[in-house]
Amino acid sequence: MQLPTQAIVENKAINTSEDAESSNFVDHQHEWEINAEHTLFDLKLRDTWEYRDLLWLLVRRDFVSFYKQTILGPIWFFIQPLFTTLIYTFIFGMAGIGTDGIPRPLFYMAGVTAWNYFADCLTKTSTVFRDNANIFGKVYFPRLIMPLSIVISNLVRFGVQFLLFIGMMLYFMLQGATIQPNVYILLFPVLLLLMAALGLGSGMVVSALTTKYRDLAFLITFGVQLLMYASGVIIPLSATPEKYRWLIRANPMTTIIETFRYSFTGQGTFTWEAFAYTTVFTLITLISGIIIFNKVEKTFVDTV
Amino acid sequence: MPVAIKAENISKAYQLGEIGTGTISQDLERWFARIRGKEDPFLRIGETNDRTTKGNSDIVWSLKDINFEIEQGDAVGIIGRNGAGKSTLLKILSRVTSPTTGRITGKGRIASLLEVGTGFHPELTGRENIYLNGAILGMRKREIAYKFDEIVDFAGIERYIDTPVKRYSSGMYVRLAFAVAAYLDSEILIVDEVLAVGDAEFQKKCLGKMGEVSKGEGKTVLFVSHNIAAVRKLCSKGIYLVNGEIDLSGNIENILNKYTSKFSSNTSWQGMDGNTEIVIYESIIRPITDIHHTDIEEYWATSNDYEIIVKFEIKEVIREIGIGFNICTEIGDPIVRCFFNDFNDIQTLNVGTYLCKFIIPKYNLANGKYNLIFDISLPSINKINSEKINLAFQLYSKDTKGNRYNAESVATFNSIVRPNWFEDVIAV
Repeated sequence: MQLPTQAIVENKAINTSEDAESSNFVDHQHEWEINAEHTLFDLKLRDTWEYRDLLWLLVRRDFVSFYKQTILGPIWFFIQPLFTTLIYTFIFGMAGIGTDGIPRPLFYMAGVTAWNYFADCLTKTSTVFRDNANIFGKVYFPRLIMPLSIVISNLVRFGVQFLLFIGMMLYFMLQGATIQPNVYILLFPVLLLLMAALGLGSGMVVSALTTKYRDLAFLITFGVQLLMYASGVIIPLSATPEKYRWLIRANPMTTIIETFRYSFTGQGTFTWEAFAYTTVFTLITLISGIIIFNKVEKTFVDTV
Repeated sequence: MPVAIKAENISKAYQLGEIGTGTISQDLERWFARIRGKEDPFLRIGETNDRTTKGNSDIVWSLKDINFEIEQGDAVGIIGRNGAGKSTLLKILSRVTSPTTGRITGKGRIASLLEVGTGFHPELTGRENIYLNGAILGMRKREIAYKFDEIVDFAGIERYIDTPVKRYSSGMYVRLAFAVAAYLDSEILIVDEVLAVGDAEFQKKCLGKMGEVSKGEGKTVLFVSHNIAAVRKLCSKGIYLVNGEIDLSGNIENILNKYTSKFSSNTSWQGMDGNTEIVIYESIIRPITDIHHTDIEEYWATSNDYEIIVKFEIKEVIREIGIGFNICTEIGDPIVRCFFNDFNDIQTLNVGTYLCKFIIPKYNLANGKYNLIFDISLPSINKINSEKINLAFQLYSKDTKGNRYNAESVATFNSIVRPNWFEDVIAV
């Protein structure tokens, strides 16, 4: 009788040491609760932080799957903004719309680069529930990870387009155009954060509103385009008629695009008031986006 | 033993029908009721989820007042017919959806396998997908790295690890996906019928792994399956759901007995069962014409014709009597329903003793185990609730006829009715 008991004890000892090793990874005594009611302001940020590895893997997945089985790979990131810029240069050049004295292609390139990032974040986030319904329906992880991964994945694309913009800027500087990058370039990281937060926030609001009734989804493509014309991408704030300027100013993207352009070229409009307005607007959008998103996340599987 | 999961008053309501312009007025009404601090007007009139009867409202309770406690280390089988609420319960436990009322508390990480390979991306390699899938299931990156070799080993796909999974066979795909989940280090494992796919050898391996997890490592396992043998082998306790409510919970044997009690294992029955209007004396299913035998003793060949006979006595003249049966799968889902007056005008049977005979032509049912559940209904009372007279039979093909692409090897060929409807193939 002694021997088997001994063996079991030894076995247990081995098991516990194994457990100790693997328990480095997880909190085994973590208590949880699933509840019908939920608090509105629980943003689940801690939960999301726990899943940060998933975030990076999703970003990687998006990036790798984008150019797998293509020959030109990431070069495709260039093509779209380049063509858009060419088309704008041609069409709006014929119409003779002012560009604050910035070389025309560079003016549009700056606007398109910044706008594309915001617009991509918004439109992709707005369909996040529908696009991921099959994953969301089978596994739980903080849903916020998905829109966050979209925003970061788009950052890669933005980075590539931004390099293109810098290249173009250097070219025009060598050509002798008056381009004066100034100290406001330091605001660039903030601008980037604002764009991401604004796209993410408004995208999440839309995504939450479209899980049950999809009508709004049809408006989004159209709405984003409309918003672009009212954001200084094509017509600089200084060239808009005084009568409508307040309307253009009300669009928080206007300030971001104008500031972006101003900091890199020295031409355009920048005021701290407008900047403060955009920042506050963005923060409110982001927080309400997260709140609505978390509320819908709990039951969207039943209605999507 | 400490409690691992405790569920209190869990209910889940679903909205039936389509969501569209019609539902927005309901939504507004509910929202208005809520801001006035009143009860949701639509949830109140909900009814139990019996899918065979048409309800009065669009809201249906998929689960109603579910209460249970699961102790740490228990292996619990959740059983019930299709639509009984098993999957809803698992979805709530795995936090995919939220309950309408009630709360569940628990301790320890939950790994839920409602599906294997969730989030697998076809363009990514096996290696990349192991990391991605592991992270979706809640593992940290270094945790996956630590277990990587074991996962690949368990899946047995080492050679293909750097190939995109879209080039995998479906078997390899499932093996890899299960392997990731199997090495997820959790206190509570929730498994839906994911084991229905994959080859027999791998299924055995999966069941073995799950048994190891629950018995060897003392972890809590919740298992939903129609495979009674697997449930019996793996689970010590059970929860039996009927129409969204717990019918019975506790010892798995009692539950399986209750679950299968309406099924018989005999091919014939003799006795007396009925009421003052009708008495049934005998029910039988047997092969007729040239009787073929199969290699397995208790299986009949699909190449025989079969007759089903019910002997009964009518004590009073009965109008609108229904005599028929459902042929059901092993777990009781009906496949074929047949009534004696579906194709004629028989309405009334006079007093006397009758033999009612049906014939199942050969090559109509595929290999499998079947339950024959009689349905004898009288106009006065709805049904003779006679479970005694029910029968069971098992079929197996003697040759490849009707089973050329056999169901066991390929899941998509797994149809139950396999009639010989082929007419001709002509060169034109």
